[in-house]
Amino acid sequence: MAIEVLIVEDSPGDVRLTKEAFHDANPSVHLNVAADGVEAMAFLKHQGIYAHAPRPDLILLDLNLPKMDGREVLAQIKKDESLKTIPTVVLTTSESEVDIAKSYDLQANCYLSKPVELDAFEALVKSINDFWLTKVKLPLNRQIR
Amino acid sequence: MQILNRATDRMTIEVLLVEDSPGDVRLTKEAFLEANAGIHMSVAPDGVEAMAFLNRHGRYSNAPRPDFILLDLNLPKMDGWEVLARIKSDASLRTIPTVILTTSEAQEDIEKSYQLQANCFLNKPVLFEDFDSLVKSINTFWLKEATLPRQMVYALSSD
Repeated sequence: MAIEVLIVEDSPGDVRLTKEAFHDANPSVHLNVAADGVEAMAFLKHQGIYAHAPRPDLILLDLNLPKMDGREVLAQIKKDESLKTIPTVVLTTSESEVDIAKSYDLQANCYLSKPVELDAFEALVKSINDFWLTKVKLPLNRQIR
Repeated sequence: MQILNRATDRMTIEVLLVEDSPGDVRLTKEAFLEANAGIHMSVAPDGVEAMAFLNRHGRYSNAPRPDFILLDLNLPKMDGWEVLARIKSDASLRTIPTVILTTSEAQEDIEKSYQLQANCFLNKPVLFEDFDSLVKSINTFWLKEATLPRQMVYALSSD
């Protein structure tokens, strides 16, 4: 059974690297991509072209995004009764203390700093897979249609 | 400002373990200290003590603010759900990553924990080797790879 991961990321390069790294770490991961915050919310709420989108088991969320930024996406997810249980991990190049504190305040499940070096980035994706998709007990994936 | 100074100087990672079984406390302490000698682990054996520790009441008036909380669900006096709900509804405590570590595998316990905004839910394995390996994973992921909030930021924002 596929594990549905939603990555909210506007950089095509980062999306590609993340896809490749997950593919190496765990072939049963199905990675869905939203390129901005508005798309992410449409995906999560099954709106428009996302009417048949799967409910993600895990969300990887960048903070700096076009249209609607990651802080707003996080706030909307964690205010929504049906979405708030989805583990939402902030994955960003920002190392600002304000972003870190704000993310935990908005109930991000975890904050990860995106490494610049390719090897370190691959290792981090592997570690997200090992911890969140292997050790952690995730909520049941209830398909809400 | 006192907290700010202490936070920037400190070398230890403060972990609060909320667990009533003395055997589990001992195993958890040993496994964490083996994985990371920089951890200082405080223990609260029930929910009421955990909240007193976090709110610095009574004999806990000088308790450190935890960087990370490991919370069992079945606890005397006040159960883990109530502790979790109180942490996550308190503006100054809610930023502390709070990880459920319990023998329960019930799907309803998992759902309820995420509903109450637990940072993650981990099942406590029965076998010692598995438990040891889980502790190593927690240490690697949460205390090395994840970026935890700085204590100084709370000190500036919570007063």
